[in-house]
Amino acid sequence: MTNEKTTLSSPADEQRTPLLKRLTGANTLWIGLVLLVLVAVFGAIRPDAIFQVTTLQFLLAETAVLLVLSVGMTFVIITSGIDLSVGSVLVFASVSSAMAMNAVSGGDATNAGWGVIAFGLLVAVVSGAVWGLLNGLLISRAKIPPLIVTLGSFGAAQGAALLLNNGSNVSGIPDRLNRTFGSGTWFGIPNIVIVAAIVTALGALLLSTTRFGRYTYAVGSNEEAARRVGISVRGHLTKVYLLAGTLAGLAGFMGNAFFRVAVVTGHETDNLNAIAAVVLGGTSIFGGTGSVLGTVFGVFIPAVLEKGLVIIGVKEFWQPIAVAIVLVAAVWLDQTRRRARNQR
Amino acid sequence: MSEPLLEARDLTKNYGTVEALRGASFTAYPGEVVSLIGDNGAGKSTLVKCLSGVERPTSGTLLFDGEPLTLNSPNDARDRGIETVFQDLAVAPDLDPAANMYLGREILKPGILGFLGVLDKKAMRRKAAEHFTRFGATLQSIDVPIAALSGGQRQSVAVARSVAWASKLVFMDEPTAALGVVQRERVLDVIKRVRDEGIAVVLISHNMPEVLSVSDRVEVLRLGRRVARFKAADTTVEELVGAMTGALSQEDAA
Repeated sequence: MTNEKTTLSSPADEQRTPLLKRLTGANTLWIGLVLLVLVAVFGAIRPDAIFQVTTLQFLLAETAVLLVLSVGMTFVIITSGIDLSVGSVLVFASVSSAMAMNAVSGGDATNAGWGVIAFGLLVAVVSGAVWGLLNGLLISRAKIPPLIVTLGSFGAAQGAALLLNNGSNVSGIPDRLNRTFGSGTWFGIPNIVIVAAIVTALGALLLSTTRFGRYTYAVGSNEEAARRVGISVRGHLTKVYLLAGTLAGLAGFMGNAFFRVAVVTGHETDNLNAIAAVVLGGTSIFGGTGSVLGTVFGVFIPAVLEKGLVIIGVKEFWQPIAVAIVLVAAVWLDQTRRRARNQR
Repeated sequence: MSEPLLEARDLTKNYGTVEALRGASFTAYPGEVVSLIGDNGAGKSTLVKCLSGVERPTSGTLLFDGEPLTLNSPNDARDRGIETVFQDLAVAPDLDPAANMYLGREILKPGILGFLGVLDKKAMRRKAAEHFTRFGATLQSIDVPIAALSGGQRQSVAVARSVAWASKLVFMDEPTAALGVVQRERVLDVIKRVRDEGIAVVLISHNMPEVLSVSDRVEVLRLGRRVARFKAADTTVEELVGAMTGALSQEDAA
């Protein structure tokens, strides 16, 4: 940043900060470098194991579901909110979708066709959307803090999912779904990863280029200012939580395709993993700033750490500790930057 | 003198049993700077809220260009070219000046992209830069977050934004409070420029020398009522203070 003041004397002259300066000023670049360094370090130690197609395929596929959750979480956190319910909503959507597919196939959907699969997708997405809408309405209309509302739906959605099938997993996921989207690949890239990549790209475009994205930043940056310029803050918050719920529903369906079963356990910490990914990616927990690209890096840092530590023979128990350090450091960095900026 | 642009007659506003306005009147003419002064609790803020659509008066009439006017929301006022610079600025600190200026009024790309809600950031930046130049806001760059600007620059962005959209009248609630000497001069300069474009400015301020230096007229509120009207050129700080404290009153003011 130069200290020299430039008067905007000629209107045609756009006072844009040079690209390089904008990049180095952004958290996203640094967090991307951290990811790159991690890959490089693990790659240098065990190039044979790390750069194997199957290792990478598996890493990507496992991360795809979390990535979709984290894209929704990015929007929520930019509005300075939080969504603790995503993992439970995922489970609920996954169970209800699997049961719906079974129900329309006479009890077992294993050999069902595309029509049933499409129906299952619809059920998953809609049930995710309903939870998201409920969160959004309680937060924006009833003015209950997001932490409390989504803590409530975190428990309620999990409970509802257990009630649906009496607490057990739901099998009978269509083979065709698993073969195509669960284990299928396209030029070596797992199809489930392609789906996640498309969702992520759409999310990134929505956030950075559209009015919806701009309002998301504005609401998180100064709710009162947004209200005074005539933005419907309540409507926008509802839409953001609706988006997060819908994506959680989609993630539930992706999970069904990948694991061939709707599992009711194992997603209790998805919410925390998604929040960690978003914050690692440079999105401020105080709202107003952040990016989907950063979230992509933030999703892969813990994943790479986990895989890498296992491969180079370090106990995997070190992984959460390593992630914790990076996470706290990231937030500390964000705080320091903000303080320096706001002192002017 | 020409016809009043905005006229309020006998406004009352009750908050429960508290009477914030007790038959207050107010007049603003096109292309003038009129200051609204009064001691704390005189009803200045309530009056401005009623005139900018934030609050609805309990009784009384508003006339705009001679026509009766009802304001149900700030948007009603905005639609008529009336803007307000709030005391607490109301900008989004994480957005850049151009984004703030166009907040709620974004320019979309033409065609299908615009239909999908895609912003035309380039056009907004260009027009914002033109506008800031016109109103003498000196910014280091047009794409840093507002929070990275100094207090004075933030203030000039807030003022420039309201001025950009006001075609008739701007309310400025203590726009120079908490500003340094140089910044204050700059804001006063902007006020004069806005007036020279034919837009009426209503300035609320506690700083009497400032009021006298920038205003064409001064209206004084006391206890929810207009108690005096002055031409700025013919009055003194002593007279203004006298009117504010009740030592002096004009028969025909209310």
